Amino acid sequence: MTHIDMPWPLQLVVALFLLFGALVALIGSWGLAKLPDFYTRLHGPTKASTLGVGCTLIGSLLTFSHQQDGVSVQEALVTIFLFATAPVSAHMMGKAALRRRLKGVPGTRNIPER
Amino acid sequence: MIAVVVPIAMALFAIAVLLNCYRLVVGPDIVDRILALDTLMINSIALIVLADIWMGLGMLFELALLIALMGFVSTVAMSKYLLRGDVIE
Repeated sequence: MTHIDMPWPLQLVVALFLLFGALVALIGSWGLAKLPDFYTRLHGPTKASTLGVGCTLIGSLLTFSHQQDGVSVQEALVTIFLFATAPVSAHMMGKAALRRRLKGVPGTRNIPER
Repeated sequence: MIAVVVPIAMALFAIAVLLNCYRLVVGPDIVDRILALDTLMINSIALIVLADIWMGLGMLFELALLIALMGFVSTVAMSKYLLRGDVIE
């Protein structure tokens, strides 16, 4: 690994962002693996994983903005693109699941009849 | 401090990728598999960015942006195909 010379408060902030992001993304993927039906499973990746990866990207934005003198625009572009497209893809997947009439857990309201 | 945190974060993301692969293999319906592939794309973006910090290159943003774009377009295309029976009508 190349030597990173940054002041320690900035290092602390970047480390917190990276750790928090990785933990939240892990929780989102755990929800994807554990929850019982598709409609509950859709919650984990579309909210928790997006937040976690967004935090990781903000940490790397701070790192490279310090290393390269000036805000690294591409990093911010990835973050904005991710936050803009996650709801759209989740909406499309939810509509496809409703069209295929997947079963939900007992007690789910407004599921289409099979 | 970053030299300690980056491998830990990469390990956590690796566990997340393994969980996604479990859902990709097990998933009872095809929509679950689309969701697992979408999450796999998002986690791989984070892994690429962490590898970029670890190697100190500052050159892999384009790769991350490309993977984000391909993941979104492929997810929407697969969902649209399941929804309508056609991608572009």
